[in-house]
Amino acid sequence: MEFHRHTLPNGLDVLAEPNDDAHSASVGFFVRTGSRDETDEVAGVSHFLEHMCFKGTPRRSADDVNREFDEIGAHYNAFTSEECTVYYASVLPEYQEGAIDILADIMRPSLRQEDFDMEKKVILEEIQMYLDQPPFGMDDRIKELHLGKHPLARSVLGTSVSITDLARDQMHTYFASRYSPSNVFVAAAGRVDFPALVEQIAARCNDWQPQSAPRDVPRAAPKPRFEVVHRPSATQQYVLQLSDAPASEDDDRYAAKLLATILGDDSGSRMYWELTDPGLAESASLGHYEYQGLGMFYTWLSCEPEQAEENLRRLAAIYRQAEAAGVTADELKQAKNKVKARVVLSSERPRSRLFNLGGNWLQRHEYRTVADDIDALDRVTTDDIHAVLKRYPLTAYSTITVGPLENVRQAS
Amino acid sequence: MSVEILSHRLANGLVLVGEPTRSLESAAFTFLLPCGCSYDPAARSGLASLTCEMMLRGAGSRDSRAWVSELENLGVERGESVGTTQATFSGATLRDNLPAALELFADLIRRPLLPADQLEAGRSASLQELRAIDDEPSQKLMIELRRRRYPDPWGRSSHGDEQSLRAITIDDVRKFHSQRYRPNDTIMAVAGNFDWPRLCENVERLFGDWQSREDAVPTSVNGKPPLSHIAFESTQSHVGIAYPSIPYRHPDYFQAWAAVGVLSSGSSSRLFTEVREKRGLCYTVYASLHTQRDRAAVFCYAGTTAERAQETLDVTISELMRLRDGIEAAELDRLKARIKSSLIMQQESSSARSGAIAREWYHLGRARSLDEIGGLIDALTAESINGFLEKNPPQDLLVVTLGPEPLEVPVGVS
Repeated sequence: MEFHRHTLPNGLDVLAEPNDDAHSASVGFFVRTGSRDETDEVAGVSHFLEHMCFKGTPRRSADDVNREFDEIGAHYNAFTSEECTVYYASVLPEYQEGAIDILADIMRPSLRQEDFDMEKKVILEEIQMYLDQPPFGMDDRIKELHLGKHPLARSVLGTSVSITDLARDQMHTYFASRYSPSNVFVAAAGRVDFPALVEQIAARCNDWQPQSAPRDVPRAAPKPRFEVVHRPSATQQYVLQLSDAPASEDDDRYAAKLLATILGDDSGSRMYWELTDPGLAESASLGHYEYQGLGMFYTWLSCEPEQAEENLRRLAAIYRQAEAAGVTADELKQAKNKVKARVVLSSERPRSRLFNLGGNWLQRHEYRTVADDIDALDRVTTDDIHAVLKRYPLTAYSTITVGPLENVRQAS
Repeated sequence: MSVEILSHRLANGLVLVGEPTRSLESAAFTFLLPCGCSYDPAARSGLASLTCEMMLRGAGSRDSRAWVSELENLGVERGESVGTTQATFSGATLRDNLPAALELFADLIRRPLLPADQLEAGRSASLQELRAIDDEPSQKLMIELRRRRYPDPWGRSSHGDEQSLRAITIDDVRKFHSQRYRPNDTIMAVAGNFDWPRLCENVERLFGDWQSREDAVPTSVNGKPPLSHIAFESTQSHVGIAYPSIPYRHPDYFQAWAAVGVLSSGSSSRLFTEVREKRGLCYTVYASLHTQRDRAAVFCYAGTTAERAQETLDVTISELMRLRDGIEAAELDRLKARIKSSLIMQQESSSARSGAIAREWYHLGRARSLDEIGGLIDALTAESINGFLEKNPPQDLLVVTLGPEPLEVPVGVS
């Protein structure tokens, strides 16, 4: 597979990894904007704006957008994170231009007041829905607790208050400053016709006016903290922990991913054998999340309330043990085999390749093949893992526990 | 566009179904075994699930650690679940590792250790899964709705209940495994990059000497009493509606399926448009056709804040009623476009295909190619669907809500 790139005069990049063996094409518009680029006054605007892009343009009503996507049989959606907003569609190859026509159009939404007021209700419902499910909003709270005022601690959804207070004009100002062609790119994977893609994008996006869209990347000053949130109506007790980890630009991110797999994969990891397999926890896992300038090791555990304190001690012991003695060659080999197979299996879907392509461009302005990722995983040694454990001590975590318990003792 | 589906029946009744696709790097397999929770004995509900949980704790010559690490070194992504009639074990891996992965699964299915000293750990896992449902209001509601839509044991949840789970002994587990796990009525499907003659040989070697057993009759306990509201401390109210439909093997199945698609497939579908887009009543709303071999029902769900729950219920029901007036050709055209791309994209995933052909065989006793299914979809017309809806309008609605306050169900629909 070959990588193609073309840049329009206004700075908009068009990238593709065509694959003639694929049955479908996946295309996406990636916008370098998310909750980290917001201020308190507009908390949640990136995600709300993502919804508003589907509510119509000068050429299309909201109904038209929905109907036309369905007419070409597109499997499409969008998501917003702390640092990007992505709009994508998977279609049969003959609908490449059809998909581009709608996606490019909705990147310049009308933001009509009436649609804004209606969609606000949907966003408020979405916020309520997440507050009713584990971890009851504590995924936002743990970032705040650990990272303080750092932009990456900002909630993607915002709050009921910030969304209720948000005005349409504030959204428009935010949109104008963030959806600049230099801050957006188009990526495609699967059965894509690249020369046609460039023409299709140029015809629709050439008149987008460039504007600088800077982002603050302050250093974080994380502090390990501990908080107990009492939720009497909950049945299980939930534990979330956050500690520092390699960022998206750090080469040791591969070692970090393998470390998280060894310690906290859903199956066959240390947490699995010490917590899940013996029935001490319903689930326990450790993940590595990478952002620009900052990474996070994220622990999740769900258990019976009576086990919570003991499980906090068990987690602490797992981290202490890893820091003291590292990991074994066998553990590393097993984690590599597992992660490499996942990389290959997921790469069969054009949509997975699209997100891989987009993610690499978003984070590092680079193209990486499946073989590059396999190779990077292969090269990780147990020493690399020990170095990560040293640089990013897992024991320096913040903890939130939420559930029926009023008091929970911190693990010493 | 699609490839031929092959099948091979072992003398003991196990059916192997295969769809080889050379362009993929992977191979995936799905085992459907006739060991679902409808066979849970009275006072032992949750036994099928706990047996599945215990089977993962070592098999053949390997204890659980050795079994899991062997599997992970082969890069196998695995999943297992217990449904009403069946237990499902599935996996996907790189093509070269398929034979070794199947060896491990033959041990798991035929020779699990079911170690007595791990029963308490397994029980605790099952109890916690049961408890966790109480923290997921939408899941809790839909489980109760299904329990009341289908006669027992077909509406059961595989999670069981606390009292029964606590009473299960290791002998119960071993007996359930030895009596229920059997080759006859077991379907094994493989898709992706593999060699069919070699696979057949392998499966004969691994499963050929497995003794078939007589079928058992599912145990019926007692249906649950009717119920319209579950009091629950939540900010949102959750609305569930169910009505009877026709199962997969019914000749009109695709008519019924398409009618539900008009309601709920794609963002231009009726429920999404009327409940979410036009009125902003909720974030999640859907209807889906759930099918067992001999019965089926449409299940609808919407979650909304308490003060807008009544309107959400009213609008959702009025959309179900409006289906009686028929669908439009343009709605069907959009649905066909979505189904066509789904079918084609399914070929990009060996896991999706192995699951799909296994279920086809379960329902029909054969597995149709994607071309054949595509032909059936092409043959649908607005007239054929409207003809079906005239004879089978949504009716006998069962409404259950969960949240802080009960709702009023319009007269004549419940």
